[in-house]
Amino acid sequence: MSIPAQASGAPDAEPDGPEDRLRRFATIWSRAIFPSTATSMTRPEFEQHLLPLARALSDTLHARPFDPASAGAVGTALVAAHCTDPDALSSTLGVVDSYLVLYCGSNGPVALSTEDSRSRSARIQHAVAGGFSQALRERTLAEQEAIARSALSARSHAEQALHATEARFRAVFKDAAIGIGIADLDGNLLEINDTLTRMFGGLENHVLSHRLNEWVHPEDTPQVWKYYNELVRGEREHYRVEKPYYRNDGTVLWTNLTVSLLRDSDGRPEYQLALMEDTTERRLLNLRLRYEATHDALTGLPNRTLFLERLEKALAAGDGSRFGLCYLDLDGFKAINDSLGHASGDRLLVEVADRLQSCATAPGEMVARLGGDEFVALTTGPDTAAEVDELACRLLGVLAAPVRLDGRELTVRGSIGVVEGPAGERSAAEVLRSADITMYRAKSAGGNRFELADAEADARAITRHGLTTALPAALERGEFFIEYQPLVHLDDGSVHGAEALVRWCHPQHGVLGPDRFIALAEHTGLIVPLGRWVLEESVRQANFWQERHTDGGPLRINVNLSPAQLHHPRLVAETVDVLERSGLEAGALCLEVTESALIGADEDLLKPLRQLADMGVDIALDDFGTGYSNLANLRRLPVSVLKLDRSFTQGMQHHPADPVDLKIVEGIVSLAHSLDLAVTVEGVETRAQAEQLRQLGCDTAQGWYYARPGAPDRIHSLLLADAV
Amino acid sequence: MERPAWAPQGIDISVPSVSRMYDFYLGGSHNFEVDREAARKAMEFMPGLPKIMQANRAFMRRAVRFALDEGVTQFLDIGSGIPTFGNVHEVAQALDPQAKVAYVDHDPVAVAHSQAVLEGNDRAVIAAADLRRPEEIRDHPDVSKLLDLDRPVALLLVAVLHFIEDADDPQAAVAALRDILAPGSLLVVTHASYEGVPVTREEAGGAVGVYKDIRNPLVMRSRDQVGRFFDGYEMVEPGLVPMPLWRPEVSGAQENEDPYAFAGFAGVGRKA
Repeated sequence: MSIPAQASGAPDAEPDGPEDRLRRFATIWSRAIFPSTATSMTRPEFEQHLLPLARALSDTLHARPFDPASAGAVGTALVAAHCTDPDALSSTLGVVDSYLVLYCGSNGPVALSTEDSRSRSARIQHAVAGGFSQALRERTLAEQEAIARSALSARSHAEQALHATEARFRAVFKDAAIGIGIADLDGNLLEINDTLTRMFGGLENHVLSHRLNEWVHPEDTPQVWKYYNELVRGEREHYRVEKPYYRNDGTVLWTNLTVSLLRDSDGRPEYQLALMEDTTERRLLNLRLRYEATHDALTGLPNRTLFLERLEKALAAGDGSRFGLCYLDLDGFKAINDSLGHASGDRLLVEVADRLQSCATAPGEMVARLGGDEFVALTTGPDTAAEVDELACRLLGVLAAPVRLDGRELTVRGSIGVVEGPAGERSAAEVLRSADITMYRAKSAGGNRFELADAEADARAITRHGLTTALPAALERGEFFIEYQPLVHLDDGSVHGAEALVRWCHPQHGVLGPDRFIALAEHTGLIVPLGRWVLEESVRQANFWQERHTDGGPLRINVNLSPAQLHHPRLVAETVDVLERSGLEAGALCLEVTESALIGADEDLLKPLRQLADMGVDIALDDFGTGYSNLANLRRLPVSVLKLDRSFTQGMQHHPADPVDLKIVEGIVSLAHSLDLAVTVEGVETRAQAEQLRQLGCDTAQGWYYARPGAPDRIHSLLLADAV
Repeated sequence: MERPAWAPQGIDISVPSVSRMYDFYLGGSHNFEVDREAARKAMEFMPGLPKIMQANRAFMRRAVRFALDEGVTQFLDIGSGIPTFGNVHEVAQALDPQAKVAYVDHDPVAVAHSQAVLEGNDRAVIAAADLRRPEEIRDHPDVSKLLDLDRPVALLLVAVLHFIEDADDPQAAVAALRDILAPGSLLVVTHASYEGVPVTREEAGGAVGVYKDIRNPLVMRSRDQVGRFFDGYEMVEPGLVPMPLWRPEVSGAQENEDPYAFAGFAGVGRKA
């Protein structure tokens, strides 16, 4: 090893003086051990770091008394400077052995003998090694302890975190509101939570003793077990189904079941995780809601909704299927309800429902309540043609026995409309309408019977129905018009006036007479506005004639009043109003009222007529002789004209006339005249009739013999002809 | 019942740790036999491995001094490991007692050890977080409490990026960290590489295999690949170089360096 000429360092070092020699020793030492140190110091820094240690060694060498123990601190310092490699110690000892005495032997105040030097150097080396070993041992132990403590602390930290996580997981598992179960791939349940146990009836063993694939239920969907097998084979990650189970008490638990496959860290299927939500209550509620939505609350029978579902299904059925429908409406139920009260009416309906229900015994038969006192019975299958008649008979049969209600015996009857036919031809609405119409037919025929639907009757009724609904719009659109039929003085054949007859120019059905729609208008109340329009229009027309034909005497206008108009409180006021606005005198107006409308009329009903008569308006009693002709009553009626029904005049169309008819008419005319009533006859078609009636003393007449009803200008020309 | 998959891993000291192996290379005793066994095995392929670690420590010390000279007094040292000696806070606080150092490591033992070492030092903290999830580091309360991210920070990624595989996208992690740092911040990187290793590629590969076996793969990257971590930084002189060549404090010192010290690359960049 070469001796460095000069170590870098302090400028005060005298060349080859003690300080310089010390530095050179440090340089040699540094070069020897630097490669085996782990220090991050640079070489100059490291050399600088060793310098005080070199001085300590030199001082120890020369110390008196000689105390080698102080060299132990140098070994300790080396360890502190991270010279922990064993090579660092052996190199250090080598450097001390070879160079300490050489470079520092003469540095002391007293020169050492060679033997003393060597001995001291050896003991210094022992001390350095001892100090180094001691320090290294302590450092090693301290670091081992530190790292062990760190590992322990890290582990307990991790365990705490794991514990917290597991505790959280436990809490989730234990307190979850849904049932959780973990099973192996053979279906053995390894763990279940309390919720799951409770859902199954509370016995943990009941759940754990069955493998998952043993929980078969008849209502399982077919996919459930396919999914299960796919999952345990690892071909499916999860599935979700609605699945029923048996509880330990045998009742059924419905669940929303979600099963997930749990795999191990290498991805192999390991466990199945089942999450179950108890849907039993919800399901029951749904069933109940469905029941309530499809059943009648009062009688418990299926309601209109369910019935229509079934009917539609029956009508949509395939080839050869037929259906039979009985549409039943109780006869006179409104009267029972009104007289006994709704509570009793309801009890009656319940009893009726029970009896009707007992009629639907065969599969494919059902009884439903559509509302009010309307019930339906449906039968389906290939032989409904025969069955539906039997069904209708049974329905009427069960109603035959009286119903005991509040200590009374009530007889309940029903009218049934029966529709039967092949599936696939008509809609449910069409079938129901036909049944409804037919039921009304049974009712009109006296009730307590059933009628079979037929297309023609339906068509008529359907037209009737159509006309009823079209009436209001027809009035608005001006589809009505008036024809006038002249009234002629029998004595001289002059035109006395005309009867206004309303017509409906229907866009589809053409011109319709009053017989087709007046009853409908009466029924719906539209007769009031329609009657007012007729009155206005005909009065206006009469006034027009009046003005054009001043010399032919007063021309009268006859307008029909329906029963509903008669009851209308504003009849008088409106009539006055119409007359005033047109300027026609009251005496030119004759209102015709049917005899039947006045049967049993009390003073309240007669009062408006009396008021009108007092004003000068003539009141004619129309269709006289068809009703219960209360001749005694005639005296108190405010009428001035009798219009004999055409049935009296029919016998006089041919010569010789029926003598009985002649006598009757003669009697009536005589009676009328004695009461100061004029007599008008209708339906005069022949000259012989006219002559006969004139001889019998009738005052005026109308009929085809004179003129058919026609447009107003035809009356006008008749009047002109008259005047000539 | 078995431990659920989402529970944290326990501490298994029967598995070698790269932090404790590093300590062993540096002559420390903060290690267990498994660590030493793995380290010795790696040294069979590359006996000079400790010299590489030493060069790393020396470079880091110079880089910390450089940062302080530049006026950067905040340090974020990610992958700090077991602080055997010459740690960032020792070097920095020796020169500037006000310097602040936040250490980050994902090895729970290293974190526990650092906590023990740093006890009583209110200007140095250790945060348990993973470089692969930089938002964990940014949002760590200890880090954000100590460091003022509105001012420049020296980010040290010393001997750590080569433990992150490409699948974990270290480039994105480094970029994310860059984005939270203020302008003037420094990035300090050393990285293992086959370039500059004084042994054959096969021998070096043997050492790499040891790290693979202990499930801490060592990813050797080329100079170009390492240079890409400095995207968004301006390289400080002398650029990306072997560790001993980065601003040596003694001229000619590198001539006496062990050849192993020249393995891999070191560099410092400054964020504009």
